[in-house]
Amino acid sequence: MGRGVRIGIAGLGGMGSNVAVMLVRSGFRDLVVADFDTVDESNIARQAYLPCHLGMSKTDALASVLHDIDPGASVEVHDTRLDASNAAGIFSACDVVCEALDDPESKAMLVETLLEAGFTVVACSGMAGDGDANSIVTRRAMGRLWVCGDGVSDVASEGRLNAARVSVCAGHMALAAMHLAQGEEPRFCIQGD
Amino acid sequence: MRMVMESPCVAVTVNGKVIEVPEGTTLADLLGSEGYDRSRIAVEVDGDICPRADLGSRVIRGGETVEVVSFVGGG
Repeated sequence: MGRGVRIGIAGLGGMGSNVAVMLVRSGFRDLVVADFDTVDESNIARQAYLPCHLGMSKTDALASVLHDIDPGASVEVHDTRLDASNAAGIFSACDVVCEALDDPESKAMLVETLLEAGFTVVACSGMAGDGDANSIVTRRAMGRLWVCGDGVSDVASEGRLNAARVSVCAGHMALAAMHLAQGEEPRFCIQGD
Repeated sequence: MRMVMESPCVAVTVNGKVIEVPEGTTLADLLGSEGYDRSRIAVEVDGDICPRADLGSRVIRGGETVEVVSFVGGG
């Protein structure tokens, strides 16, 4: 699985770090990952980091986790804040990019930038709280945009993110990215609104 | 007798819903009146992304199909 395809992951929090682990475990061994943040104690509850990673950049910590799983994985790291001027260059060789940022305005900026540059994008919106796991879906929202989540559960109103619900949404993203990177339409995907 | 001149309308489909708007309406006008927060959306018109910076100058043409994705926080 995954031979010859490269997948980008923008943001390495609860969504991005778990998507990366799922992809490498599934044989997708060529990743480009970007985040500007460092690992802190609150991240351990739902992100793919361990206490030994506290204080490390998320990019280095995640590369370490991924290489523990698969020493031969190729993980290109960008320890930087993504913006409209650098995103297309960072992910230039990627077949598909996963948008896994947390702030809604940053999400909108990145998705718009990547779609305008011609990328295929899997984004996430609505996975906060500990509500119904069955409300999280993969939806084709635009020609080259798939969105995973329930679309409404905002961390600003739900107050917290739950490891199990985050993992459900990360699983949706990882599966959609795997299918798209191989030129397949994601299966079990809702079309339109 | 006083004549009331009504401006002609065009029909546009937004996320599957047909909406009639006066000729000359911009995407920014339409999305604002539909309650979208421009800082949190991505917009596609007939299959092409429409950058948010262009929404204020982009006049809607009849028959266009607009897809809008709103993002909420968490990732």
